[in-house]
Amino acid sequence: MTHGAGGRASAQLIAELFAPAFDNPALRRGDDGAVLCELAGLPLGARLVMATDAHVVSPLFFPGGDIGALAVHGTVNDVAVMGAEPRWLSASFILEEGFPFAELKCIVDSMAAAARSAGVHIVTGDTKVVEQGKGDGVFISTTGVGVRRPGVELSGANARVGDSVFVSGPVGDHGVAILSCREELAFDSPIVSDSAALHGLIADLLAAVPQVRVLRDPTRGGLATTLNEIAAQSGVGIALDESAIPVRPAVAAACEFLGLDPLYAACEGRVIVIAPAEADALVLAALRAHPQGREAARIGSIIEDPHHFVQMTTAFGGTRIVDWLTGEQLPRIC
Amino acid sequence: MSSAAVPASPLSPSSLPAVTILCRRIRVRGLVQGVGYRPFVYRLAFELGLAGWVRNDAEGVDIEARGAAPLVERFVARLRAEAPELARVEAVEVREAAPERGLPGFLIVESRGGQGTSTRIGPDSALCHDCLVDLFTPGNRRQGYAFTHCTHCGPRYSITRELPYDRARTSLAPFAQCPACLAEYTDPRDRRFHAEANCCPACGPQLALLGADGTPLADGIDDPVAGAVRLLRAGGIVAIKGYGGFHLACDARNPAAVAELRRRKHREEKPFAVMVANVASAAAVADLSGPLGAEAAGLLELPERSVVLLRKGAGTDSALPGVAPGLAWIGAMLPYAPLHYLLFHAAAGRPAGLDWLGAAQSLVLVMTSANPHGEPLVTGNAEAVQRLAGIADAFLLHDRDIVIRSDDSVIRLDGGGVQFVRRGRGQTPRPIKLKDDGPTVLAFGGYLKNTVCVMKGREAILSQHVGDLDSPSTVAFLEETVDHLLHVLDATPDRVAHDRHPDFPSTRLAQAFAAARGIPALAVGHHHAHIAAVLAESGTPADHPVLGLALDGVGLGDDGGLWGGELLEVSGAGCTRLAGLTPLLLPGGDKAAREPWRLAASALYRLGRGNEIAAFVARRYPGQEKVEGAAVIARMLGQGVNCPPTSSLGRLFDAAAGLLGLRAVQRFEAQAAMELEGRADRQRRQAGHAAAPLAGGWRIDAADATGALDFAPLLAALADWPVEAGEREGALDAAADLFHATVAAGLADWAAQAAKARGLGSVALGGGCCLNALLVADLRAHLNNHGLAVLEARQAPPNDGGLALGQAWAVRHHIHD
Ligand SMILES: [Fe+3]
Ligand SMILES: [Mg+2]
Ligand SMILES: [Zn+2]
Ligand SMILES: [Zn+2]
Repeated sequence: MTHGAGGRASAQLIAELFAPAFDNPALRRGDDGAVLCELAGLPLGARLVMATDAHVVSPLFFPGGDIGALAVHGTVNDVAVMGAEPRWLSASFILEEGFPFAELKCIVDSMAAAARSAGVHIVTGDTKVVEQGKGDGVFISTTGVGVRRPGVELSGANARVGDSVFVSGPVGDHGVAILSCREELAFDSPIVSDSAALHGLIADLLAAVPQVRVLRDPTRGGLATTLNEIAAQSGVGIALDESAIPVRPAVAAACEFLGLDPLYAACEGRVIVIAPAEADALVLAALRAHPQGREAARIGSIIEDPHHFVQMTTAFGGTRIVDWLTGEQLPRIC
Repeated sequence: MSSAAVPASPLSPSSLPAVTILCRRIRVRGLVQGVGYRPFVYRLAFELGLAGWVRNDAEGVDIEARGAAPLVERFVARLRAEAPELARVEAVEVREAAPERGLPGFLIVESRGGQGTSTRIGPDSALCHDCLVDLFTPGNRRQGYAFTHCTHCGPRYSITRELPYDRARTSLAPFAQCPACLAEYTDPRDRRFHAEANCCPACGPQLALLGADGTPLADGIDDPVAGAVRLLRAGGIVAIKGYGGFHLACDARNPAAVAELRRRKHREEKPFAVMVANVASAAAVADLSGPLGAEAAGLLELPERSVVLLRKGAGTDSALPGVAPGLAWIGAMLPYAPLHYLLFHAAAGRPAGLDWLGAAQSLVLVMTSANPHGEPLVTGNAEAVQRLAGIADAFLLHDRDIVIRSDDSVIRLDGGGVQFVRRGRGQTPRPIKLKDDGPTVLAFGGYLKNTVCVMKGREAILSQHVGDLDSPSTVAFLEETVDHLLHVLDATPDRVAHDRHPDFPSTRLAQAFAAARGIPALAVGHHHAHIAAVLAESGTPADHPVLGLALDGVGLGDDGGLWGGELLEVSGAGCTRLAGLTPLLLPGGDKAAREPWRLAASALYRLGRGNEIAAFVARRYPGQEKVEGAAVIARMLGQGVNCPPTSSLGRLFDAAAGLLGLRAVQRFEAQAAMELEGRADRQRRQAGHAAAPLAGGWRIDAADATGALDFAPLLAALADWPVEAGEREGALDAAADLFHATVAAGLADWAAQAAKARGLGSVALGGGCCLNALLVADLRAHLNNHGLAVLEARQAPPNDGGLALGQAWAVRHHIHD
């Protein structure tokens, strides 16, 4: 990559790399923006949903994924947890001067593959190059637009006392995979990111259980942070059962070593589901019927609590607060 | 309150020949309400034949005394010299006044309350001698009655809902007194006059013995106490309701029962406290020899009935296996409630008379706070049955409610005096006296072992031990404690103080409390607060700077760093950090505080010997599964992955224990440090003296006398200590001794240089490491040799249990409106 690539270099990059990888009718037109022509086919009462996410990850390639696939999955999931079917993506690249073309090609190909398998089109985009040392290889920002069917109403503010809380699979895989890969910490069993697009799983779930009240993907800050956000938004407390929360043994062991709590480690392919308790069996059946939800579990319930605490019954039978941290997990043992 | 008129005595002034008649108004300040002070005044006046009256009011007790001059003077002299057992008289102020009521005789008149009353309730107090006699006197109507109390004894704080302290506002309210009790209650000459907990078997609470499912046990229907003793003797675990909460009790001499209690409470090695019938029984399970032993025995017998940490005797561990494993001390307390005496009496076969009370008794009970793992003390009956399900085999309880929880207080003697490890029952709400007045401050404390503090006027009231704020129920208890304390102290805070840590629930509650009332909430650095607590209780003037040695675990410093071994300059105006210990990395953050082997690895890394970590760990911790990942830890240290640096002295102790291979994992807080102290203590007692500090064992980095203190040479010596060769126990004891001696000498050297450079004459010691008696004794001696005065925590715990006191003091003086 050359710094200050002019129009010609930029056009070349688009023609040689992005256009063939992301090929679709909107992109083929070569305009500054995309006309979302399929809108005409929206069912009556459907709504458009838009979400955006900037992706920064180190290392760029990690077990189970890379920044390209992650940039698709992250935004697709943000659209999907709104109850919408993701359709279109935009993609902006910020490239560090001198970044190897071959690596960029890998990232773009991976992105294209992820988009294809998620059934979304990357319809517009942009590229900027920054001076060496002013970026971390590649940053990718994506915006997604999807279509929400009539009647679907999901929000973090919808949790009600008595509802059940589920997670679609083991937590912490992505965060721990990234950390152990970045720091070259070798653990006995390799830890692989859970990065995946969840719209298929979510569509199946919503079809089977329209009563679902809240969907959230526990990305940055992990399960603990996301549940705290929901508790605050809904004005409720959440009671978790530690033994019910799925955590892979390798992730648990690595966290044990690192002194980290897997509940705060990011997931990129998990969804939190909150639904009325009478739908427990339906939710579990719908999740577990999908390959991405085979390890889904009911992990707790919504309770009344003026503090809006997320609390957890531990293996000892005690109860501890699962804090909403201001920043890092700061030591506190005095 | 009711008034009681009593006819003039035969010695009434009117019947005497003409002498000078005086009228004096006397103001008595201090803890003089709810302790039988007015009946005491009444009896005194009656005896001397004085006229006048006595009443309670917002400032204490107000007295008018009229009579012949010598008698009035004698009356005043005796007020200055005598007081009821539980009263704490601070001032007797006398002035001339015209009589306010001209009635003959002496009266106890209506209390004058009104707004702004500072009427105080006393702490809970152990059964007094007179009540003990009632309890065991055949024919006494309270013989064998578990709720025998008078104005000199019994529960107060734990049964009071709100003030003023009278029966209707206590948990005795549902029990209407029978005519006999009412007669005592209304007779100023009776020691039960206005004893709010007064009752008898005819009108008061009753005991019951319930099984694990909460239904009455057949074996305890006629005699719940005897039934409970039979269960205890058979190895059962019985929850016993005390003043401020339930205890879980078992036979401390029964190893199976003790092990079962540990299993059910998920409490692996943390020591249990025991209750023994009397000092003679304590002497059978601990070392009470010598002057220190005698002093400790005296502490056991104080009406506060704290748990006293006693040096173990040669036979302690074999007599009480598993009760306090691996430590040099055992916590013991004497009975405080009538129920406890009844249990020991039944266990002794119910001998007649009182002689058994002084004789050694075989029954020793483990008495541990009844709480499910890490949660607050259980107080309600239904709550007990529910929350202690699976832990207690039976419940010995009664129908007098506990209004507010109080855990047992824990104290120890450290050569410099008594020190609190934990402040609770028997102490709360006794105020800590201050030098200065100032705004009312509510301080929310820290995170572990938390307490809150209300600073009002010239007093600071530290709450009872609240606990670790990691569970929702403890946070709820914190809020409850704040409410209750503000209520009973009638305090309206002007400011709120909290720790710097943004994620402590105490910090968040403090901020919410302040926001709701529109008052400022201010953060105080953790170690600033530790030192300020010592300044508060020692009456150091706010404008008088002192050197502070904060010897602690980890707390957030003013720069956001993880402090814990700091040299500070502290005054009312604020806190300046002069220097800290050279930091060690914490591989895994808080995890490192639980696993000393990680700090051993960190110390090696610090010594530039990171490549030795794996081999070292394999050698010092052979075959231990926990330490298999030494290579990962080495990598974490090298890469700086979750390895925050800390200057904590507590972690230096952990590093020392880790380097010696003492233990890979701590089963309870400060276990490794306590083992090191115990070993050093044993070594010194055997050798008859302490080790000399390691020559060159520390460096002070900068030339300006306020550089970092670096114990790297000491750590290197411990890393290479010949533990594997020769006699292991002796080698470890000697290393522990050397470590204590060197750390104390290094700290003293550091502080002395800084004191000289800054022109300061006293050093305040604060932080959890100050509970290490050996360390502090050495440090005190060194500092005194350097001509420095040493200020220590004596009224509040030096650990985080005293943090709120320091926060309140710092915020009161720091901010000038
Ligand atoms: Fe502390
Ligand atoms: Mg997102
Ligand atoms: Zn008494
Ligand atoms: Zn009665």
